[in-house]
This record gives sequence, structure tokens and C-alpha cells, in this order.
Amino acid sequence: MSDTPVQLIRARGLWKAYDGGRVTVLRDVSLEVQAGEVVALWGASGSGKSTLLHLLGGLDLPDQGELEICGLDPRVEANRLALRRRHLGFVFQLHNLIPDLTVAENLCVPAMADGRPARATHARLRDLAAAVGMTDRLGHRIQDLSGGERQRVAICRALMNGPRLLLADEPTGSLDEVSGETVFNLLKDLARREGVAVVMATHERRFADACHRRLRVRDGKVSAE
Amino acid sequence: MHFLSLILINLRRHRLRALIGVAGIGFGVAAMLAILGVVNGAITMFEHILSTDSHYLVMEKNVSDLFFSSVKDDELAALRAQPGVASAHPLLFGIVSSPGYPVITCFGVEADDPRLAHAEWLAGQRDDFGRNPGEVFLGARAAEFLHAHLGDELPIGPIQLRVAGILKTENGFEDGGVFLPLRDAQAYFHRAGVSSVIAVQLSDRSTGARFKQAVESAQPRLIALENREFNQGYHSFRILQTTAWAVGLCAFLLGGLGVANTMLLSVFSRIREIAVLRVCGFSHRQVAVLIFGEAVVIAAAGLVLGFTLGAGVLALLPRLPQFQGYVRADVGPVVLAGIALTALLTAAGGALYPAWYAARIQPAEALRYE
Repeated sequence: MSDTPVQLIRARGLWKAYDGGRVTVLRDVSLEVQAGEVVALWGASGSGKSTLLHLLGGLDLPDQGELEICGLDPRVEANRLALRRRHLGFVFQLHNLIPDLTVAENLCVPAMADGRPARATHARLRDLAAAVGMTDRLGHRIQDLSGGERQRVAICRALMNGPRLLLADEPTGSLDEVSGETVFNLLKDLARREGVAVVMATHERRFADACHRRLRVRDGKVSAE
Repeated sequence: MHFLSLILINLRRHRLRALIGVAGIGFGVAAMLAILGVVNGAITMFEHILSTDSHYLVMEKNVSDLFFSSVKDDELAALRAQPGVASAHPLLFGIVSSPGYPVITCFGVEADDPRLAHAEWLAGQRDDFGRNPGEVFLGARAAEFLHAHLGDELPIGPIQLRVAGILKTENGFEDGGVFLPLRDAQAYFHRAGVSSVIAVQLSDRSTGARFKQAVESAQPRLIALENREFNQGYHSFRILQTTAWAVGLCAFLLGGLGVANTMLLSVFSRIREIAVLRVCGFSHRQVAVLIFGEAVVIAAAGLVLGFTLGAGVLALLPRLPQFQGYVRADVGPVVLAGIALTALLTAAGGALYPAWYAARIQPAEALRYE
């Protein structure tokens, strides 16, 4: 067995602009993320963190540069679909769960997209719910949950299909201090348990400091700290 | 959870909007069912008038409507003389009026016509048919709406005729019409020596092709059509059916617009949700299927509503006195299948643009403005 770290993200010279090129959001960004790493993208609002996460998740494409995610080229539509279904999980600032569905039903969505068998899906969602202390809330609708609980469900949903990389965009941004702390620790613990690398965008220094590595994002540029 | 749950959850979430879509399709289905049911019922009744105890119909070639067909008495005689012809019954169609009722179908027939034999005589006797001049025989419904009784003097057009019999038939047209002896009808309509159509019964039906050929070669002015052939080719039936489908499709078009509106609003109100589905691994196709699925559920619910409403309308129409008994629904499995297919296609058509729009939602763009 080789000790060479598995590279999940390899980005070289990424550029991204909006509004017909008038607003440049990312400038010559290069970074690498290895398996099992927890990396913070730390910066102020509007610095380009979310845009970078979108590129790293194949939700958007760079205007220039080379990008490889989990060994796949995200410029190919089939690769982007495979990445979202099997290799990547997303957590957003707002939970982005589907209202009117129960917790269990929300957790089923990624498995449904990938056509996974119901029995395995059920076992997996019970396991994850237990890990975040939500077993007794599986039948509840999203409206009935607190902000912290919703974010815990969102983390479980991101992990449902057993991804190798979790991309979290300000996952504590809409929570109070205590809930934010809880969610962040849960995210880290679960990532360690599942062997998942995490790239987390945050503007909070304390969370950035608690990650394995902190990358500063400022004016569309990324630098190691 | 199944895909269907996702479909239903959204419809449940916007109940009123979904119900409007269901109502749109439902009214389209009901309208089409009612129109086609009535038209097909009318056609079936008309076919029955022509096909009573007959295998072939002989009429004038190239006429736009049977009312304008003229088969002369000598041609009738020639038909009767043909080998293999068991019977040939002339029928003259016409329209008469009576105060308050400007359009009443009149059947000029001979006394031995099978439709008189098959009818239930409520008043008068069949043997009296054609025995005395100046007499008219009424279908039961016609007697009802004309408030006429046996022995009454009834104004028919410019003349007065005595009601000499009232007969009940299974056919709405006949039941709502009046019968005159053929000679009297010919005189009344100034068509002496002429019938509209001859209903021919053969001794052996398998000799039909020979009979048809013989008629057309001996009497090139005429054409002999098997009942099935006639029904398929008769212009008026085709026009009626085409019109019925066209009107029904217009109703469906409105239903389709309703579905399109419902689905568009549904998509626009959850762009972020669709983006999240895409982030969770839904493909363009899966998103499109989700939207089409909602449209199909709306169509299915609309079909149930429409069939129920349509059945109610079809049950009610024959009871309305204004229709003079002319309405009798005839809805076969082909019509039902056609309506169901049209409803599904309409709903799918209505969902086409919303599904296309939803499938093309870019997750990054939709999520950027959190």
C-alpha cells in the first residue's frame, strides 16, 4: 500500500469573471487538496470563496486554468454528474433542504439521484442520523427543525452517497455562536469518521484556525497562511 | 422515498395552482367527451336508420348529402328485380316544420318498411299506415314535444295532417321524427317518383360484391355501399366527427395553457430547490422527468374529473326537452382512449417549456444569490 497522499483537487491558474468579463472574481488561483484534509478558505464576503467552491464542485466552470476533481475533468458534463452523485457533497450557508419533505425524505434525495437501492439507503440514513443525534427527528418536516438541526441534516445529506470530498460554503454562517460551534465540530468529526476531505469557506477566523490548513482568499486571489 | 413522492409533494405544496391545472384538463376532457359522445351517438342513430334490416345502401353517386340523393322509381324496380335481392326498401328523407319546431326529420317509407314493423305502436295500428290520405305517423318523442294525440289535426308545414299513429322506436332520430307514406312524402317534398336511398337486403350476403358490381354497371348514376363502407365514407359523418375533435381540441388547448401556466409558476417558484436537486446529483433528464411527472399527475387527475363531469353531462343531455330526443351518447373505448391520450399529450405539451427551463437551471447561478 502506497503512502502517497491521494490528490482530490488539483487546480492551476483558475480565472473566473462575470458580467461579460467586467467583474473578475478569481485571479490565477492554484491549490491542491489531499484526501482526509480539512481546508479552510478564509476571507471576507465577496472575496471569491463561494465562486471558488462552485468551481471546485463542478457547479460552474473556470474561464481559464486547469482543474481536476477526484481525477475527473469537470468540463465534461458526464463527469460533473458523476462528481455530484458519487464524489462530492455540498453544504450551504442556508440549509437548502426541501421544505415539506421529512428529514428522512431529504436524506434520500442524493441516493434517489444516483438510483441507489432503498434498503441500503435506509440503513445509511439511519447511521448518519444517529451520528448527528437526529434519529428521533427522521419523520419530522424541515419546518419543524431549528437552524442547527437543519444544518445537521444538510451535512448528513451531503454525506449520504459516501463522497470523498465535502464542500461547505459558510456552513455556520446563519447560526448563532453555540450552534455554529456544534455544527462545525460535527462536520469535522463526521469527515474524520467517514474519511472525507473538507474544503470549507468561512469568514470566521476561529473556524479557519481549527482546520488543518487555512487558505486566505482576498480579491479573488488565494494564498497559503 | 420514491420519485413520485417528490412529484406529489410539490403538487400538494401548491394545491390551488395544481387544482387549476386539473380543472383545465378536466373541463377539456369533459367537453371533448360530451361533444364526441353526442356526435357519435347522433351518427350511430343515423347509421341505424339506414341499416335497419339491410346489407347495402344504394344512392345517387357523388351527392354531398343523402338529402340530395335521388333514386328513381324505375331504378328501385330494377334493383328489386336483380337476382339475389331479398328486399329493397326505399326511404325519402326530408325536413318538415310545425309551429315552434322548425326542423323535424321526416321519413317517407312504404308500409312494409322494417322500421315500422320493429316499432312499438303506442297508438294506432301499423296496418293503417298509408291506407288513408292526409295522415301522419309520429315518433313517440315527436308526439310528446308536439303535444299531439291520435286523431289530432297537426299543422305540418303549410298543410294539416291527421295523426293516425304514434310509434316508439329505439332510434332517437326516428323517435323524434314523423313518418309519411312514401307517396305522400314524395308529393309533399315535390319529389315525385324519387327516394333518397334504398336499403337492400340480400338473400346471401356473400354475393355482395357481385351485387355492388351489377348495380354500378347497370345503373352508373347510382352507387351501392355496404353499411360499413357508407359509415366510413359519408361526408357528413366525417365533417361532424372532425368538427367534434376540433372543438374538443380547442377545449384541450385551453387546458394545456392552464397546465403550462401551472408548471411555469411551479418551476419559477422553486428555482433554488431545483438547483439543489442538481447539486445532489439530479441530471437534466431527471429534473425534466420531475416536471413532466407533475404534469402527468395533473392530467391523470384531470381525466378522472373530466370523465366524471362528461358522464354527468351525457346523462343529463338526453333528458333535456330542448334536444327532442336527438341526443344519445355513444362513447366507445377508442374515443375514451383518444381523449385520455389527448389529455396526456396536452399536459406533456404544456410542461414542455417549463421542463426545458427547469432542466437548464444552472445550480451555481441559482445558488449564488443566497
